[in-house]
Amino acid sequence: MSAVIESHHDDHHHGPAKGFSRWLYTTNHKDIGSLYLWFSFIMLFVGGAMAMVIRAELFEPGSQIVSPEFYNQMVTNHGLIMVFGVIMPAFVGLANWMIPMQIGAPDMALPRLNNLSFWILPAAFGVLLSTFLMEGGAPNFGWTFYAPLSTEYAPPTVTFFIFAVHIMGASSIMGSINIITTILNMRAPGMTLMKMPLFVWSWLITAYLLIAVMPVLAGAVTMMLMDIHFGTSFFSAAGGGDPVLFQHVFWFFGHPEVYIMILPAFGIVSHIIETFSRKPIFGYSSMVYAIASIALLSFVVWAHHMFTVGMPIAGELFFMYSTMLIAIPTGVKVFNWLSTMFKGSLTFETPMLFAIAFVALFTIGGLSGLMLAIAPADFQYHDTYFVVAHFHYVLVPGALFSIVAAVYYWLPKWTGYMYDEVLGKTHFWLSFISVNLTFFPMHFVGLAGMPRRIPDYAMQFADYNMIVSVGAFLFGLSQLLFLFNVLKCVYYGKSATAEVWEGAKGKGLEWTVDSPAPYHTFETSPDLTNPQTNN
Amino acid sequence: MSSESSYYVPASSKLPIFMALSLLLFVYGAGYTINDLGKEDSFSHWILISSFLLMWGTMFFWFSEVIKENDKGMYSDQLNTSFVHGMSWFIFSEVMFFFAFFLALGYVRIFAVPWLGGEGEKGIANILWPGFEASWPLMETPDNERFPGAHHNMSIPALSKIHTWLPFWNTLCLVTSSGTIALAEAALKKGNRKGFKLWMVATLTLGYIFVVLQSVEYYEAYAHMGLTLGAGIYGTTFFLMTGFHGFHVCLGAIILTIMTIRGFRGAFSEHEHFGLAAGSWYWHFVDVVWILLVLVVYVF
Repeated sequence: MSAVIESHHDDHHHGPAKGFSRWLYTTNHKDIGSLYLWFSFIMLFVGGAMAMVIRAELFEPGSQIVSPEFYNQMVTNHGLIMVFGVIMPAFVGLANWMIPMQIGAPDMALPRLNNLSFWILPAAFGVLLSTFLMEGGAPNFGWTFYAPLSTEYAPPTVTFFIFAVHIMGASSIMGSINIITTILNMRAPGMTLMKMPLFVWSWLITAYLLIAVMPVLAGAVTMMLMDIHFGTSFFSAAGGGDPVLFQHVFWFFGHPEVYIMILPAFGIVSHIIETFSRKPIFGYSSMVYAIASIALLSFVVWAHHMFTVGMPIAGELFFMYSTMLIAIPTGVKVFNWLSTMFKGSLTFETPMLFAIAFVALFTIGGLSGLMLAIAPADFQYHDTYFVVAHFHYVLVPGALFSIVAAVYYWLPKWTGYMYDEVLGKTHFWLSFISVNLTFFPMHFVGLAGMPRRIPDYAMQFADYNMIVSVGAFLFGLSQLLFLFNVLKCVYYGKSATAEVWEGAKGKGLEWTVDSPAPYHTFETSPDLTNPQTNN
Repeated sequence: MSSESSYYVPASSKLPIFMALSLLLFVYGAGYTINDLGKEDSFSHWILISSFLLMWGTMFFWFSEVIKENDKGMYSDQLNTSFVHGMSWFIFSEVMFFFAFFLALGYVRIFAVPWLGGEGEKGIANILWPGFEASWPLMETPDNERFPGAHHNMSIPALSKIHTWLPFWNTLCLVTSSGTIALAEAALKKGNRKGFKLWMVATLTLGYIFVVLQSVEYYEAYAHMGLTLGAGIYGTTFFLMTGFHGFHVCLGAIILTIMTIRGFRGAFSEHEHFGLAAGSWYWHFVDVVWILLVLVVYVF
């Protein structure tokens, strides 16, 4: 028995294996984190290319570049890829990299499961993208795949779409089980729940949301599969079902999903703002309670996506007021970020620029969300570009900016090298200007009545749409600069110190280890029970 | 037997990538098989079958590796706690999967069907099929040509005839089996291996009887009641809810069968029997779902 234990101790001191098989067989949280992040990065360009096709088609009124059928496929897959293939995997990648380091754990709790959670993701998206080559073309019913568009009127590839969604869901559920187990079971001694870094807190709650709602999505697509192929009538009123039922089941998943894509961002931004303000975060415990209340409320607001579907008035009122309640904890968070910066000694490195832009622009998205929450007003806004503007403001300068900020913030810790600050700032300003150029005018065309998901539009929207398209192309190109900066950092970067940022002292365990972080960071957990050793 | 103090992290593993490969095969296999239903020259079901073989094979090797590692004493108490967390959250995810179907049934019964029948605020839906009358169980669908309703339903009969009602026996089996597996665990914890084996066999027998009775019920539904998947929303919810439950009973029975075989071969000790405990939690979960299901699908 002792021989076995020794050989296993040897394994522990191994660096990464050589060759490509390292990535296939790895159980290391850092390797798997990198795999998630690179996968998400690649999918960002795939989904981004689809957005470019959409904006090229909408550059001028009239039908010019793609057929309406193909346009629908672009809109659908752009949404699916950005939600399930970019934002979610990027956050899981960050969780993989940072959570064990931030809580002083040797690795994720279930390392082999961790590998499986990642590798089924490229499989699912491989299937989804391969539907473009199949008879009938790729899914074309929008990323929300409302029945009966996705059942009775769907292309035959919908079957592959359904199974691909199942696999994505399995990936998320397994990943979340791993994250939640790691956080609850693997914290260093002395790290009580209310001493956990906010990124860890945000992920604990996000993982809970994921385990709660991804199975509901699996249920929804299973009902679709049965309706399409096995004669059931969940979503067919002719058999006593109801197409609106689909929307209820979908949005019961979909609304918590919206917070799944933003809560980890809250954690990231809190870390970055406290580091570059050289102050501890203002109102730590209220931050935790705010995240928890947002998560709980997210289960009782889903029907605000369906105000125009014909709900009883009591439903409209309930979902209107419950939605507005979410503004309170969200407001607490924005207030705390501003208070953290107040009288701080601020510096504006690239991560901080992205984080500040996040606070400002996410708030714009939040406020337009509040407008949409007003049921009578929503009757006008529903299915217009105002909605498109709203959710792109929370997802692009919201979730995506926080991911970019996190990459700049932790890249020196991951690679051991600094990125190019001038390039980083250029990337920021180009992104900041172009993102607003892209999404701000959408508010105006939306309020004026331009419908979403249509490849053509009335003449009066032409000027704004041209501006939007120019902004979108610029935003797309700017992200190549991001790729270039990451590669430049990896291959030609200057060495980074262990602490990396001047303000990072005492801001978490990840800054106490070398840069790059050793392949196995905490083989024995640091003891935090004595407060002197921590700060 | 845990002697290891540090947390075991395998250096690398080939198992997950094979599992991922089997799922990739599964998606193409299942997708093409379903899309090709009714075509005679299709070979896509072979992809599906091979995906299952690869999946089961990988699972076999995965679980045996975990058991071997544990027998070598490589797992610390902390790692065992991770397994407990993992299994608990997995069961929670399963609960939420069933929740989707309970939600659907609730929506259909409380809102959709009454509205189609002209009731309440949204009763205007009645103009789609004027004359349609709402009832539950829904025996006549709005469009009876497309979704021919059933002749009979599965609802609870008068109490005097309860012994002719299969779900009654099913409930009895499943609830009893939840008790017998608890007895098996208790016997194991006391070191009474004979009692442990006996109660495991009793649990399995009851579980298999449940599966058989459920199959008989489905046969009756299709052969004599006109109750099919295509019989409208009553048949839809009935088959999907009892079907997914039955599928989970089968999974649980497979898990417990393996645990029983392992038990007969001398596995598990008084203190270390997580595999069995996890299987038993799963079995209790299946039991609880059944009780809720009997209430909303059969009784009320």
